[in-house]
Amino acid sequence: MPRINSPAELEAYRNTLVSQRDPDKTCITLCSGSACHASGSREVAARFQQEIEAQGLTDQVEFRRTGCHGFCERGPIVVIHPDEICYFQIKPDDVPEIISETIKEKKIIDRLLYHDPATNEKIIRESEIPFYKHQGRIVFGSNGSIDPKNIDDYIAIGGYSALAKSLSGMTPEQVLQEVKKANLRGRGGGGFPAGVKWEGSRNAPGDIKYVIVNADEGDPGAYMDRSLLEGNPHSVLEGLTIGAYAIGAHEGYIYVRQEYPLAVENVNVAIRQAEEYGFLGENILGSGFDFVVKVHRGAGAFVCGESTALMTALEGRAGEPRPKYIRSNVVGLWGRPSVLNNVETWANVPLIINNGADWFTQFGTDGSKGTKIFSLVGKITNTGLVEVPMGTPMKDIIFKIGGGIPNGKKFKAVQTGGPSGGCLPEELLDLPVGFDELTKAGSMMGSGGMIIMDEDTCMVDVARYFLEFLTDESCGKCVPCREGMRQMLKILTNITKGKGKEGDIELLEQLAETLVEASLCALGRSAANPFLSTLKYFRNEYEAHIKDKRCPALSCKELIAFYIDPEKCKACTVCARKCPSEAIIGGKGLIHIIDQSKCTKCGTCFEVCPPRYRAVKKISGEPVPPPIPEEARIIVKERAQK
Amino acid sequence: MSEISLTIDGREVKATKEMTLLEAARSAGIHIPTLCYHEKLEPYGGCRLCIVEVESRGRSKIVVSCVYPVESGITVRTRSEKIDRIRKMILELLLAHAPDSFILNDLAKEYNADKNRFEKEASFCIHCGLCVRYCAEVKKKNAVGFIDRGIRKEISFIPKIAAQECWNCKECFPLCPTEALQAAYVLVQGLTTAEPAALLRAVE
Repeated sequence: MPRINSPAELEAYRNTLVSQRDPDKTCITLCSGSACHASGSREVAARFQQEIEAQGLTDQVEFRRTGCHGFCERGPIVVIHPDEICYFQIKPDDVPEIISETIKEKKIIDRLLYHDPATNEKIIRESEIPFYKHQGRIVFGSNGSIDPKNIDDYIAIGGYSALAKSLSGMTPEQVLQEVKKANLRGRGGGGFPAGVKWEGSRNAPGDIKYVIVNADEGDPGAYMDRSLLEGNPHSVLEGLTIGAYAIGAHEGYIYVRQEYPLAVENVNVAIRQAEEYGFLGENILGSGFDFVVKVHRGAGAFVCGESTALMTALEGRAGEPRPKYIRSNVVGLWGRPSVLNNVETWANVPLIINNGADWFTQFGTDGSKGTKIFSLVGKITNTGLVEVPMGTPMKDIIFKIGGGIPNGKKFKAVQTGGPSGGCLPEELLDLPVGFDELTKAGSMMGSGGMIIMDEDTCMVDVARYFLEFLTDESCGKCVPCREGMRQMLKILTNITKGKGKEGDIELLEQLAETLVEASLCALGRSAANPFLSTLKYFRNEYEAHIKDKRCPALSCKELIAFYIDPEKCKACTVCARKCPSEAIIGGKGLIHIIDQSKCTKCGTCFEVCPPRYRAVKKISGEPVPPPIPEEARIIVKERAQK
Repeated sequence: MSEISLTIDGREVKATKEMTLLEAARSAGIHIPTLCYHEKLEPYGGCRLCIVEVESRGRSKIVVSCVYPVESGITVRTRSEKIDRIRKMILELLLAHAPDSFILNDLAKEYNADKNRFEKEASFCIHCGLCVRYCAEVKKKNAVGFIDRGIRKEISFIPKIAAQECWNCKECFPLCPTEALQAAYVLVQGLTTAEPAALLRAVE
């Protein structure tokens, strides 16, 4: 391992690496993020290594396990360079064929290619697949080409050159000004301008200052920070080190969730390698600047993503937010000035330093510059991580990249900003995604979660679900958050169970006001958003639940009933056989009926009734028609015709 | 020690720079209700009852007076329609847990709070943290602490410490606004007296 002592040595080392790497050599990359681990990437990797050796290709073919490519719906993903042939959902048994056909014979294996459901065509190259084509992946893009456990991969694509540039050619003040000019806003939730935060710390009195990476990503369905930390940990470390230089910190922390074992592993490997190479530690790149980083594993509390709670937890105490009105960039960790930014924010810093603020600000809207990574989950065809320039209309993300709603269902709402974000309806699909735009619409950017909901989703139940999550995750310190949410959750649960009363909406609104105005931290202040935004855009659903005891989405169990239309039932007996609670009375040649007293509303009959009959109906807000008399149940007519 | 001046409820109030709004108001004889505040303890900002409206540079915001530092020239209002409405809600939320607390009932009268607005869930403790913080900050014993979080959060004596320290202290008793602490303490006392060795084993 070389220790690199100056920017010139780094450049020389990079040139050596690049010259040793033949761009025309076949390189097979396999995504190995957590999502693909779950779908068997580890086994596929073992098979590749084994097969490359068995077929005698060790010298001609390079195999590399990379970070997450983002298209998690179709993982594990294999990309074969330099031709960029892209194969999806690879199983270990596909591997011998890939080696013998594609690698040796240069033949494309049709069945492993991406099949575009819109055009019915097969697509070979990654960059031509709609999911990737409409993205702008400046932060996330390298994930697919480097091995996160190999620092040389990062250096070969220009890694640590921004650090070298900062330390050798820029004063801390210049670095700070560049980030400020780029108007980089925090990607973790609040959207606070990072440069302004840094400046506050730099100007704050005291010799000891800290920089911290917030990798306590806790929003349900959000995993962009995990994927960055797993797939490109050096970009985060480089950004953090540059930030430390700018504000005058010599110690940094990475607060990462215990539930992200691969991220913890990869970032620890990265720190060790960066120390060996001299990018961390004493006298970095011969500049005289010292900086060390420690990893702290979080114990799984959502509220620890809140800046002051995170710092309290780092100090070894229970993670509760502080009530202080002094910003943590002035009085933070152990009472010292501390800059806390999330993973994605830090990963943007090397790009800004290398390319300049003017380059960065060409992406985005007036108030939101650069790109943003979103995690697209829920009722969406292409689940995964996408990076787009700020200002991209929501509908482009959902339909062009995300491929729209599966199973022919209609789009209903998108929840942005995590559990304390808001649900936005179809009318707002043209909204450009940006910090201010989303806040104005009653939601927020948050850390970039996007949960897509279709017509079968009940918006009252969505509000109830998120409130349940937040009630569970509240630290319990302040009354509005702990007690206000307890009561809001009770009322919302009652509404979804058909026990809503006149005046519930007004009481919820008053509780929401108390939460918003009087809570101690951002968790409580934003916890009413799921309720407020669903009420704003879907008030009719609340009213239907309360007044008519009806769930318009036919989703709330207590408010729906299943019923077999006697005109349509053809006595195929499938539903009766599949019903787990033996609630369906029927038999050969008999119209089936559901015994409502036994029905648990599991929905099995609804799902198994053959589409050509569609005899099982879901109803809400109306009485179940009485069962037809026994003598009328025999399907005579059908038989006679046959 | 430099003196600054601000306006509270239309009166000009002098304060020193390190004061909080609550301290400045109290020093001028202006009453702001509190539940979790104690002059010997670090401000906690938990009950949120001491919220006030601050107007500074033309913008009005709601802040918690027990932690908000005084600023020169600001205008503070300790009562307004909105403040009263939120205080009333906070009291109603707490009364669901401690319907018989004298302090809460007195405040309820003042703010017209309905103690039956929310379904009763009598747990007595309102999580003001006075006992926990007093034991930690003043007595430095940590014999009582919070366990769990959110709506499951409770105060709990640590039997091993309590058995040694609490007998001759009990200074936290009168601090409790709902008398819940006493109940919790007595419970543990009962347990430790009956089977001290077994309980200690259970804790370890």
